[in-house]
Amino acid sequence: MLSFILRRLGTMALTMLCLTLIVFFLINLNPNLKKLAISQTEMHTSAEQLEDWLVNHGYRQNFFVRYGQWLGVLPKQPVTDPATGKPTQRFAFCNDPVEPTFSGVLQGDFGCSTKFKTTVASKLFPALSATGILMLCVLAVMVPISLLIGILAGMREGSRTDRTLSVASIASTATPEYVSGVIFTVIFASWLGWLNGSAASASQGITFYNFTLPVMTLAIYGIGYIARMTRASMVEVMTQQYIRTARLKGLSFGSVVVKHALRNALIAPFTVIMLQFPWLLTGVVIVEVMFRYQGFGYTLVEAAGNNDIDLLLGCSLVSVFIVLITQLISDVGYAFLNPRIRVQ
Amino acid sequence: MQLEYISAFNVVLGVISRFWPVWIALAIVLGASFVYKKKLGLYGQLFDSGVGIVGVGICLFWLFTAIFASTISPFDPLAQVPVMKDALPGAIEPTSKLIYYFGGDKLARDVFSRMVFGSQIVLIIAPAATGFALMVGITLGLPAGYYGGRIDTFLSFLANLVLAFPVILLFYLLVTPGIMDTPIPYAMAGLFFLFPIIFFSVLFWTRYKNRPDRLYILLGLTLVIGGWIYAGLVFDADPLKIVHIDPNQLNIFVAVVFASSPGVFRIVRGLTMDIKTRDYVAAAQTRGESPWYIMLWEILPNARGPLIVDACLRIGYTTILLGTLGYFGLGLAPESPDWGTAIKDASRLLRSFIHPALPPTIALMSFVLGLNLLADSLREQSMKD
Repeated sequence: MLSFILRRLGTMALTMLCLTLIVFFLINLNPNLKKLAISQTEMHTSAEQLEDWLVNHGYRQNFFVRYGQWLGVLPKQPVTDPATGKPTQRFAFCNDPVEPTFSGVLQGDFGCSTKFKTTVASKLFPALSATGILMLCVLAVMVPISLLIGILAGMREGSRTDRTLSVASIASTATPEYVSGVIFTVIFASWLGWLNGSAASASQGITFYNFTLPVMTLAIYGIGYIARMTRASMVEVMTQQYIRTARLKGLSFGSVVVKHALRNALIAPFTVIMLQFPWLLTGVVIVEVMFRYQGFGYTLVEAAGNNDIDLLLGCSLVSVFIVLITQLISDVGYAFLNPRIRVQ
Repeated sequence: MQLEYISAFNVVLGVISRFWPVWIALAIVLGASFVYKKKLGLYGQLFDSGVGIVGVGICLFWLFTAIFASTISPFDPLAQVPVMKDALPGAIEPTSKLIYYFGGDKLARDVFSRMVFGSQIVLIIAPAATGFALMVGITLGLPAGYYGGRIDTFLSFLANLVLAFPVILLFYLLVTPGIMDTPIPYAMAGLFFLFPIIFFSVLFWTRYKNRPDRLYILLGLTLVIGGWIYAGLVFDADPLKIVHIDPNQLNIFVAVVFASSPGVFRIVRGLTMDIKTRDYVAAAQTRGESPWYIMLWEILPNARGPLIVDACLRIGYTTILLGTLGYFGLGLAPESPDWGTAIKDASRLLRSFIHPALPPTIALMSFVLGLNLLADSLREQSMKD
């Protein structure tokens, strides 16, 4: 088991290295650098001045050297001030080093956000914790509801409850966040006026009034999928021999479901819930933009829209890490939960 | 100037009557399907369940709406009539006396016509991108599952690499205006659009190797038609000027194919690994058939059930992806009538007007719902045999 986890961690590190290299390449394409230079300099600068700005801020060094610096395996060089010829900080607003130092992701330095004029870490981590709260609320709503729907539907396959709940969960998987968000806002904010159509005030304090709509919108898309997986797993368990034996022994239907079926039927949904995280990440971006909630997704969109290289790299690193670590947890957890699966 | 309105009941009646070509086409197709149900195989079996009929009905409805879009919609989707700015549903346009059934949006365009024309964009890009993703996934998934070993390790690693990208990040990196100045989208298009040509060439080659008369005709057709479309799509150099795609749309198309082919790859690989242990594969191997013949003519036909179901779900998922792109204003032109862009524009003004937001959301939802219902009943029917 330990060697399996170690091997997976090795693959994970390799994957992250490849992915960050690709992201680094795509962000640093020439048109993107030009856009960054235009947004960072004064209006009406000539093409030469833009080029000077890029050279002065170290963006014209060799691609692999810069990737190594970002990663922390090569020392970050300070730039030379063209006027005085002395080494100066690249960006004064986030205390870049004046002498060559190893200061990259491996050392815990995520770089410098050009859009927000601060370090990436001081922007990214508060945003992550805000999104963490949102995610917790969503999971607290989504998981119990979807498991309940799945179990009720799969308990008696083909019954009227099953048909109704199955169609309902298909409908919920057909409703992406930007559709359900609009519909919920129309119903609950515009017509009924019960809830707030914006979660901008949630960064000061979360209330039922401003936080329900984002949570509902995010949860609804996942519910259908998890419920369908739970239903499939439940249907399979209910046809097993030991369920029939338990029924023939004279146990009531309710206690067969709760004591015998449930425990075995809930293994598959665990994996599904874990693998939902990558989808939730896309949903988070949509919902945070739609309801103006200042979290990770909002930061990602701002970084991408303004070509904020280091911030976008930080965001990619975090999201890729989340995807890979949830895959690992789901594999390891599945092996733990299901004694029939053993890793060789 | 005061606008005149028609009543809500007349709006409903008017909308239903505008869709007249769709109703006629639906009646013909569904009627014919019912009559010849027994002879139509899997498609005919769909009409045995209520869910299947609803699914087929919704999908055909949007298909015919896309085909007859210019007959159905009373206005040009891009035309702006200044008096009709933010007009409520049922407003009568003063000069032509035609009706804005679902009102006007903030740029005074007819919401109804935009919804109808939006279906065209979705129904062209989503199935086509899914088709290309299927080709890529099948062509790479079959050898990965059949040979295993190093080629499988390598291809699976690549697929997992793409799958580990959150979709939204992938789109923000691949569908930016800046990337159009680099050769990257064209290189990717050049790579992906090769796969259908390779697929069909190998398909015919393995089957008709010993029958040159058939082989040369089929191979020639594949290369001519494939090369023609390839030249038109990748280099925009179609000599007849029929096949043409905007650079913007090419970019979206490539990004969507890129994002969804690893999923197809994984499914095909899994199915191949399962099917290759069957007796008929062993029989073909004993006969001395070539590996590619076995993959394409023994394994692939037997994997078609799950693949068709997956294709239906995937078209729906691609529709959602296109909507996401539109919602973030990536790739598609800002005035494009597609549903995602319309939802983005309308959702910013929800506080003042809700009528421009509802038609595109309901359209998108109903189309994806139709596809999901179709996939569900297909799965149920294929499990019966």
